[in-house]
Amino acid sequence: MFYRFAGTLRPWAIALALLLGIVAMYGGLVLAPPDYQQGNDYRIIFIHVPSAWMSLFIYAIMGIAAFIALVWRIKLAEVVAMASAPIGAAFTFITLVTGSLWGARMWGTWWTWDARLTSELVLLFLYLGVIALYHSFEDRRQGARTAGFLALIGIVNVPIVHFSVNWWNTLHQGSTIRLLGPSTIASSMLWPLLTMMAATKLYYFASLFGRVRADLLALESGKDWVRQIAENEVRR
Amino acid sequence: MSGSLQSFLAMGGYAAYVWPAYGVFFAVLLIDWLAPQFRRRRLLRDLRGRMARQDARKERTGRKSTAST
Repeated sequence: MFYRFAGTLRPWAIALALLLGIVAMYGGLVLAPPDYQQGNDYRIIFIHVPSAWMSLFIYAIMGIAAFIALVWRIKLAEVVAMASAPIGAAFTFITLVTGSLWGARMWGTWWTWDARLTSELVLLFLYLGVIALYHSFEDRRQGARTAGFLALIGIVNVPIVHFSVNWWNTLHQGSTIRLLGPSTIASSMLWPLLTMMAATKLYYFASLFGRVRADLLALESGKDWVRQIAENEVRR
Repeated sequence: MSGSLQSFLAMGGYAAYVWPAYGVFFAVLLIDWLAPQFRRRRLLRDLRGRMARQDARKERTGRKSTAST
């Protein structure tokens, strides 16, 4: 039963996420030296970049879950896809706001219509569109499938966001971290970044589990196991 | 010590950009964390209400049927 599985893992995931987040913040805000060009302003990187990665990662998960939901009509896949959307929207929002705060001093502007920024904004609208479409249906399962269809179409935007800094000549800097080959970032800045990435990933799963549990309760409210939970929680 | 704390908080003159960024990060994630928590509680409360009504109806119809026999 996924409900119980998610309930067991959730506290561990959030505890580990908080721990790693604190370690990453200590590394990023205290231990890492100021950047020789950007001073201390670059410290926004430690939340901006992991959030940006998460905004794409969560969209990919949502797209895969939506695909599974549409092809095999698995209820859990529908729930996972729809529960991912608000978390992805939250991370996309954080990415845009922190990026804006960073750009305000470094580029001298809060916003510019460059490829990376515009495609990330489109990503936010995709998330919001999926959420809105899902809630516009009386029947949740039909809503999930229709919104899943939109999520699936929107997945073409994910590679656009990712490669936009290579495809177009933009104001946004290229990435300095590479899976293959050496990264062009100092290790004292790299490890807090990767630690924060792990923390945000764990946070996503913890939050996802919480949302999926609530959604399952709502979907199965007629079933005995949900009634038992409702009765048990009254005694507590 | 207080001097170094102050310089830490000042972020080399970028305090007005660095701290709001971290503030937004935690505020948004906190909202994201609490929303399903509240939803779950409300769902279970509604469900308990529905169950109580169903039980009451069952009792009423049960009494009626015993009275008619």
